[in-house]
Amino acid sequence: MHMVLLSVRNLTKVYRSGLIRHKSILAVDNVSFDIKEGEILSLVGESGSGKTTTARIILRLLKPTAGSVMFMGKDIWDELRTREDLKWYWRHVNGVFQDPFSSFNPTHRIKDILLRVFNLFDENYDKDAKMKLIYEALQSVGLIPEEVIERRPFELSGGMRQRILISRIFLIKPKLVLADEPTSMIDATLRLGILKLFLKLRDELKSSIIFITHDLGLATYVSDRILIMYKGGIVEEGSPEEILKNPRHEYTRNLLDSVPKLYTSWFKR
Amino acid sequence: MAVLEVQGLKAYYMLRRGSIKAVDGVDLVVEDKSIVGVVGESGCGKSTLARAIALDITPPLKLVEGRIVIDGIEITRMPLDQARKKIAGVRVALVPQAAMNAIVPTVKIKDYIADIITEKNRDLTRKEAIDLAVKRFEELNLPIESLERYPFELSGGMRQRVLIALTTLLNPALLIADEPTSALDVSTQKIVLITIYNVFVKGLVKSILFISHDIATVRQISDRIIVMYAGKIVEIGSTEDVLHNPLHPYSKALMYSILTPELEVRGRIEKVESLMLIGEPPSLINPPPGCRFHPRCPYAMDICRREEPTLIELEKRRFVACWIYLNK
Repeated sequence: MHMVLLSVRNLTKVYRSGLIRHKSILAVDNVSFDIKEGEILSLVGESGSGKTTTARIILRLLKPTAGSVMFMGKDIWDELRTREDLKWYWRHVNGVFQDPFSSFNPTHRIKDILLRVFNLFDENYDKDAKMKLIYEALQSVGLIPEEVIERRPFELSGGMRQRILISRIFLIKPKLVLADEPTSMIDATLRLGILKLFLKLRDELKSSIIFITHDLGLATYVSDRILIMYKGGIVEEGSPEEILKNPRHEYTRNLLDSVPKLYTSWFKR
Repeated sequence: MAVLEVQGLKAYYMLRRGSIKAVDGVDLVVEDKSIVGVVGESGCGKSTLARAIALDITPPLKLVEGRIVIDGIEITRMPLDQARKKIAGVRVALVPQAAMNAIVPTVKIKDYIADIITEKNRDLTRKEAIDLAVKRFEELNLPIESLERYPFELSGGMRQRVLIALTTLLNPALLIADEPTSALDVSTQKIVLITIYNVFVKGLVKSILFISHDIATVRQISDRIIVMYAGKIVEIGSTEDVLHNPLHPYSKALMYSILTPELEVRGRIEKVESLMLIGEPPSLINPPPGCRFHPRCPYAMDICRREEPTLIELEKRRFVACWIYLNK
């Protein structure tokens, strides 16, 4: 896990609003970092810290104002232009998002949703081969294929929908997965099972994963390395142990101090 | 004397397709000068319990049976509208999750307080009510200027703190806080929690029932923790015991899956490996027979599928409802 897979350099995004009196918001401010093969990295910050904007630029859904994203040696905004280029990119860089409701067309069956994944592939599979791969992917995420394949998203619980989204990733086998608050709508007892799937994804497919989260506890559990974002910039970087034991930036210290803990209390009880 | 006693409480949502048994036979006690946390995941009935005790009972929610005694008064023996008039806001107060919805947006905070307080206590004039509020705001370190503001001019955290000051102005015996911090960002959550704690240590209320899905937050403030699952209490004990030595299989799964930024958490998670839950909580219209947790429980036995376990006192003030312990 030493090769750099993706590198972000001096990434900046300015949003402009207003027709007459222009107002600029610096959403991402000169952000640079690398992610290595097989590494799990978390971008941690509160709302407005720029973490989701950074993720959307990396997914090539949003154009940066300045700076670059290099994936496997290619600048994703300058060098990937054709439909074929983009298909190649999304085959290798894909995402799992917060709200499983909005990610699916509610009238489509799970089978149709997963069959569509094959549009990203160059290889030609026959129907049987496709279904076999879909079954394997559903089993990888702890679902019983026969029970879900003919159903529609609204017939499934939130936890199952999130598992379907992750099975999509097991099917695509991308080199990099962006997971934006993938468990924030899921109850605590099911959250851990979902997080374990991401660890399995890394172990089995050697994928790199970028977690986007406001939850420092979640980040310290799943990550190899954590970047703390504040007002568009990265203010601190370190391993979970380093961040917990020796937070250097004042913002990180305040954040750690504000999060309720299990082993200490703010009050004398 | 206990500030709150609940016995055999059933509160259902009466719908055309059946009744949702959100609180289905709950017994609990909140002692004087204590803070009791109620935890559980969405749909376990904890918010319905809060509404029932705070007399916030409007259709389709209905009190089906059971006793509620607050500060020595058995409110379940009074007609609901009379109980609401005499008890709500005076003996028991509720701080809900989203304070914005609870405050009328077109009235200044001080006028709103005057309206509420003079209605609850007819002996007070508007001026006296506002003076009381000024004194209380000082006591709780809230900016006095906020009394002159409209609700929308205050930040989310400040609105929540103002609501806490307002609902406790008449020194109710029991404060019920239902997810009071969950709509706020982390730094604001802490300030709101400190305000709730101050209401308690300054003796403005006798006891607090603190309801939240966020166990790390509950742990900060509570002496005792009640764990609910599918409309029932499954476990009660001291905060330390329930947190670090849970007994019920559901409590174990819940307590050991909390991810806080602490080095100890990795060690905790190993304890949950064999308890990784699948599936979802059951329908509360047609809950499963026997123990409601049995379809998801890795230790389920025959008896769990047939008979419902009762909540027993396993050790002193340590309660659990599980056949594993009942059979011993």
